[in-house]
Amino acid sequence: MADTLERPKRGVVDLPRVHRKGLGMRGREELIAYALITPWLLGFLIFTAGALVFSLGISFFSTDLLSPAKYVGLANYQQLFFEDDLFWQALKVTTLYTIGVVPLQVALGLLVALLLNQKIFGIGVWRTIFYLPSVVSGVAVAMIWIWFFQPDLGLFNYLLSKIGIAGPRWLFSEQWALPSLIMMSTWNIGPGMIIFLAGLQGTPQDLYEAAQIDGASAWDQFIRITIPLLSPQILFNSVMGIIGSYQVFTASFVTTEGGPNNATLTLVLYLYRQGFLTARFGYASAIAWVLFAIIMTFTMLTFRSTRNAVFYEGQAR
Amino acid sequence: MNALIRFDPILAGAVRRRDIGAVLFRMLVYLLLAGGGVLFMLPAAWMLSTAFKPLADAQAFPPVWIPKTIQLSNFTEPFKELPFFRFYRNTVVITGAGIAGVLLSCTPVAFAFARLNFRGRDALFVLVLATMMIPDQATLVPIYVLFARLGWTNTFLPLTVPTYFAVDAFTIFLMRQFFMTIPRELDDACKIDGGGPITLLTRVIIPLSLPVFGVVTILQFVSRWNDFFWPLIFLNTMDNYTVSLGLRLFQTRYFVQTNIMMAMSLLAALPTITLFFLAQRYFIRGIVLTGVNR
Repeated sequence: MADTLERPKRGVVDLPRVHRKGLGMRGREELIAYALITPWLLGFLIFTAGALVFSLGISFFSTDLLSPAKYVGLANYQQLFFEDDLFWQALKVTTLYTIGVVPLQVALGLLVALLLNQKIFGIGVWRTIFYLPSVVSGVAVAMIWIWFFQPDLGLFNYLLSKIGIAGPRWLFSEQWALPSLIMMSTWNIGPGMIIFLAGLQGTPQDLYEAAQIDGASAWDQFIRITIPLLSPQILFNSVMGIIGSYQVFTASFVTTEGGPNNATLTLVLYLYRQGFLTARFGYASAIAWVLFAIIMTFTMLTFRSTRNAVFYEGQAR
Repeated sequence: MNALIRFDPILAGAVRRRDIGAVLFRMLVYLLLAGGGVLFMLPAAWMLSTAFKPLADAQAFPPVWIPKTIQLSNFTEPFKELPFFRFYRNTVVITGAGIAGVLLSCTPVAFAFARLNFRGRDALFVLVLATMMIPDQATLVPIYVLFARLGWTNTFLPLTVPTYFAVDAFTIFLMRQFFMTIPRELDDACKIDGGGPITLLTRVIIPLSLPVFGVVTILQFVSRWNDFFWPLIFLNTMDNYTVSLGLRLFQTRYFVQTNIMMAMSLLAALPTITLFFLAQRYFIRGIVLTGVNR
């Protein structure tokens, strides 16, 4: 630290601590620090904390923003939970979507990362192939997959017919629309794969060598060494995946607009409909808060339940 | 197989040793990668094939992979129907202003958290991290109300102004992580030379931080360029649309012409794909910086 720097004895520096006028260096540093974080503080107060509180407040009103707001107390929530079938549908759809997407993305990302970690030839090319789709705009991705899933003219059903399977109507079918969206989400395994790859490349080799000396099989090594060492990344990807999946909007909006027959009605899409298509902003706020609560709950649950499974060992870099 | 042996030393070694297990294993790895890669790329290949076809070919069944005639007009037709140049221009403005805002506002904040001592620093930083867990939609309605009252709807302002308030906790986190890797000896040198915290920031930290600025720029570019939800909420007239909104608009009007739709999808994806090829290292670095153990 700076105080341990060796300095030749000079006059003023070695005087006993004098009570200074003004703030002195320490106080000045604090003042500058507060000044520097002011943008964040303002942003936090306005766009985060303030907005959250305000959003909760609005949810107790009924308003279309044009006419005066009407206080309705808990009526919005009451309607939401007890009378609104579409809300429960949206909740079910979004939950099923998350249950489908998160394990799939984590598992696939892990699998590809494991393959790429084998010091194979041409790793740059493989990495590009599996990462590139995740930088493409959601609207473009949706349009590409719509055409891929096209029941009569699309490539998917054509290939299926070649191996003797009659493909379903995919995005036009109530049973298959959501699975279609889940399949489409595999194009997003890129970032997760990179995180796993980084984690894998940071694992110390001596652990594996020791295990091999002890006669552990490859599978054992995988389960007992690789997975535990990767557990922080698995947790991170899972939590981020859950948070992201619950907010899915573009995928369902662009492909099916929530159909057919609300089979792909996700929570945010429903929120958008209520707030911006029918101008029920109070109701939309209530939905938003429920969504917030759900995401928080699942995040906490995930952290809590995996606390014993995650090992934050310091890794040799 | 022979080509593989030439390029893959591990496989070559296994073959020389006649280690069947190892050889099979590596072949399996390549097989899985190749198979997975092909499956992964199928929709993209299909898109590419369709983007250059005339409509009749696009709708042909059984499908034709290589079109007999290449129709490049697929890429120019939409510009006649909808003001796509304007969409691109709008998206560039919004994305550029957003990136500038994030860089300008997050750097001092991250610096303060990384290098300065002040009361409440650690508690406040936990708060910063906590905000990462809040879904955008929870604050959507009030933010919309705010901007509606200000009369800012249907302008770029709601999409750019908040970026100047360091609302991006992720970027703050990323920058702070990076700043903390800069050696403290430089801080001391600066202090000895009589520099205060501000000088430290401008003369020492910032010049050394170009890598993390690069990462932030790239990640922000991709996320802002591809954004669909926020422009949808705030931009109402076609003149102000971004590329993603324009693409969606095109889809609703011309969804029958799949060949043109695929061409436009390709055009919409081109900027971010190009950026990726130019700056791969920054992408990877950015992702890694987030997932590393603390």
